[in-house]
Amino acid sequence: MHSLILFMVLGLSLVLVVATLVIWLSKDLLVAILASAIVSLIASIFFLVLQAPDVAITEAAIGAGLTTGILLYAMKIAGRYEDD
Amino acid sequence: MPYEIHGLMPFIYVGLIMLGVVFSLIRFLVGPTAPDRVVATDILTTITTVVLVVLALFFDRQIYLDVALVYAVLAFTAVVAIARFLEGGL
Amino acid sequence: MIGKVIGEIFMIIGGIFMFLASLGLLRMPDVYNRMQTSTKAVTLGAMSSILGVGIIHPAWLPKCLLIIIFILFTNPVSAHAIGRAAYRTGVKLWPGSKCDKYGEYLKEEENA
Repeated sequence: MHSLILFMVLGLSLVLVVATLVIWLSKDLLVAILASAIVSLIASIFFLVLQAPDVAITEAAIGAGLTTGILLYAMKIAGRYEDD
Repeated sequence: MPYEIHGLMPFIYVGLIMLGVVFSLIRFLVGPTAPDRVVATDILTTITTVVLVVLALFFDRQIYLDVALVYAVLAFTAVVAIARFLEGGL
Repeated sequence: MIGKVIGEIFMIIGGIFMFLASLGLLRMPDVYNRMQTSTKAVTLGAMSSILGVGIIHPAWLPKCLLIIIFILFTNPVSAHAIGRAAYRTGVKLWPGSKCDKYGEYLKEEENA
């Protein structure tokens, strides 16, 4: 693997960690859903780098459409803000 | 003829894309309202499609383009669903 | 060989456009300006980059054109949805903005 791809993976894993921290710490559940969409995006890139394009296609299809829809439906029932 | 990474241009290109990703992430973190964060997510989805195509070029495999194709078709549904939710539809 | 150089020039142009779009996303004053500058410029940058990849590998060109067409069709839809949702949820315009056509239209619709 070329060092350029390693550099790209390093930068994207930084984004992945920050988005996961946002999911953990955010009180606004809509922001958490957006951050989970970003996590699924970057996980799809990582599956491609690990040479599993079929898993990457599945992750792209499910993470982009289905997960966000289900989480939005759940958030509509549960309420948007997390109360302490 | 297979593609090989050499010369300065791929490094400049990946550096520009990474700067774009980091700036979008900063806007996602500080964005005062919810639509700011949705715009940042939209930009990140488009940049991700481009990164998938560029990785297909760097690995020199045509089958990797299919992932980018699926992503280009489906990625906007998440943003549209969240925008409709904000608007009060859905 | 010449195709590789031309394709890399296209890719660099696309990268510059995407970088400038993210800079606009960071620097512009309100949601509408950010959406305007970032969504349009990033669409152009993505199209230019993918066309560059298609020029480097001419066998990949049909699939690259298909990806370009899908990006060109889906990106304005999401941008329109975000802008409408931002206006409907009551995000204020930047004080320096000059006109507000959608607000005037909504006001006319209320009066009629």
